[in-house]
Amino acid sequence: MSDLITADFVLLDLQADTKDDATRQLVQRLAAAGRATDLEGFLADVRKREEQMPTGLPGGIGIPHARSAHITEPTLAFARSSKGVDYGAEDGPATLIFLIAAPEGGGDEHLKILAALARKLMRSEFRDSLRGAATEQDIVDIVNREVVGV
Amino acid sequence: MKFVAVTSCPTGIAHTYMAAEALEQAAKAAGHEIVVETQGSAGSTPIDPEYLANADAAIFAADLEVRNRSRFDHLPTVVAGVKKAISDGPGLIAAAVAKAEAEPKGSGVRTAAPATKVEANASVGTRVRQWLMTGVSYMIPFVAAGGILIALGFMFGHDEVVTKLYGGTFHGVKYADVAGQLPLGFPTGQNIDTLIAQAGYAGLCFALGKVAFFMLVPILSGFIAFAIADRPGLVPGIVGGLLAAAIGAGFLGGLVSGGAAGAIAYGMTRLRVPKGIRGVMPVVVIPLVSTALIGVVMLILVGKPIASAQSGLTHWLNSLSGSNALLLGIIIGCMMAFDMGGPVNKVAYTFATAGLASVGNATTGAPLKVMAATMAAGMTPPLGLALATVVRKNLFTHAERENGKAGWILGASFVTEGAIPFAAADPLRVIPAGMVGSALTGALVMSFGNTLRAPHGGIWVLPLIGKPILYILAIIIGTVVTTAGVVVLKQMSKTSDADLERAVEPVAA
Repeated sequence: MSDLITADFVLLDLQADTKDDATRQLVQRLAAAGRATDLEGFLADVRKREEQMPTGLPGGIGIPHARSAHITEPTLAFARSSKGVDYGAEDGPATLIFLIAAPEGGGDEHLKILAALARKLMRSEFRDSLRGAATEQDIVDIVNREVVGV
Repeated sequence: MKFVAVTSCPTGIAHTYMAAEALEQAAKAAGHEIVVETQGSAGSTPIDPEYLANADAAIFAADLEVRNRSRFDHLPTVVAGVKKAISDGPGLIAAAVAKAEAEPKGSGVRTAAPATKVEANASVGTRVRQWLMTGVSYMIPFVAAGGILIALGFMFGHDEVVTKLYGGTFHGVKYADVAGQLPLGFPTGQNIDTLIAQAGYAGLCFALGKVAFFMLVPILSGFIAFAIADRPGLVPGIVGGLLAAAIGAGFLGGLVSGGAAGAIAYGMTRLRVPKGIRGVMPVVVIPLVSTALIGVVMLILVGKPIASAQSGLTHWLNSLSGSNALLLGIIIGCMMAFDMGGPVNKVAYTFATAGLASVGNATTGAPLKVMAATMAAGMTPPLGLALATVVRKNLFTHAERENGKAGWILGASFVTEGAIPFAAADPLRVIPAGMVGSALTGALVMSFGNTLRAPHGGIWVLPLIGKPILYILAIIIGTVVTTAGVVVLKQMSKTSDADLERAVEPVAA
């Protein structure tokens, strides 16, 4: 099983004004690594999910996500934005953005990891440690330690 | 307090789990217990029914239809979107506390829905056992109620009670049918006065017992289907079971109809249908189509072969009469115990009663021996199982042990159906054991030369039995052999009923 997240999928200083732009920048990283086979196709899937119900959450969190045929393996991409991007949360823009990409089928093990990640997002210690991380690799290490357990 | 919750979201990979986490944190912070069922894409583990039964309230933070929602019917519920749980977990917990306080447990506002605990991940064999035992656990009270009423009827009405109810000639006196034979006839308000005048309250007990007994197979079949397919299984299961009872297919027919109805209903609930039809599927389409299908299955695929098999068996049995008496006793014993009131049992019993009618008022003769063997062989299965529940308690579920207590009086009254709950839950072990015991008893009665001049009644017609001491001895031997067979066969299996017990006991309200 390949890594849920690598340093290539981390943007510590995201510059984006809209959630479409923010999401696109993250998906580009996945496409470059071959995890997303069709950039536009996956973006459309994420947008569709976003239209059902915005994924912004209280506490400055945005979690654009989709299960998509254009994704080869479960992947997390992460962005930090100092001025925030509006993901539709009631209490303001998201400063921590998690793009969760899952393949259409998806083995049980992978989906369990994504479930564990989702639960971690609700823990303030986890968010705070991501806010305080200094390097891309720090982010990767935190996620691996807290979610994947390696 | 104890809460349960279900979370779900359209994609099933993020919000479902975040909401679960939020609710767990909020419950813990407020000093409550909560178990969350995440109905997401990583698979969901159903809430333990025992915990569910004792919960105070349920929270649905679900953007999708809650799966198996009827499980929660006994609880006050808080309903919200999944996002509400994520943004305000403590608020939902507080709302659940308020609901639970407004409607305390045992206030009788709600009753628990019928429950099964068929484990989703169990092996095929275990699941089949759990389906059967769910059906059986709902059937057992009917066996006890009907069987004991029938036994009371014999106890106080003696062997003429049946003739006085359903018509015929007894000791030269002709009686009209005042009760109406099931399935088409029921005792009704119109005939109740004549019924009591002719057959007395003993007759009334008997007739009511018959009504309860008629429901054995429908209830068994209905709740097997319910265990397989949840609520949509009930209608085809019960209707199929009624048909099984009407065509005389017995409890084995009920197992077939329950399994088939469950499969049909389960298949239909899994069909992908256009959105426009989806709304009418559970209320119109599934009940209609599944009931029509089970009707075809039971009447044509099951009913016809049973009828022709019965006439074949009758023919064969008639050709055997007059041949080796011992062999006849063994065959009749096997047939009586095979389906306990089902088609094969009926053939043997009808053969015996027809012989009884042919000898008139004679007090000796082969048909009287056959009748004696038939009744004795029909008494040992419930007696043997009742004894087994006493000597090896741990091989039986709680409900079965309770049924065992009724088994003594049912067996003693020649109500073979008393063994059906055991046989339906574990047919492959209980039926062979019962057949061996009954065959032995049948052979013993034939060789002892016991006679019987009544077609029913069990120990309540002891004065009509020739050589009663030897007769009772034959019954005791068959009973002990049945018990030994059941105990040995059950101990050979890996999972005992008792292991599965937790899995199927109905959740108390």
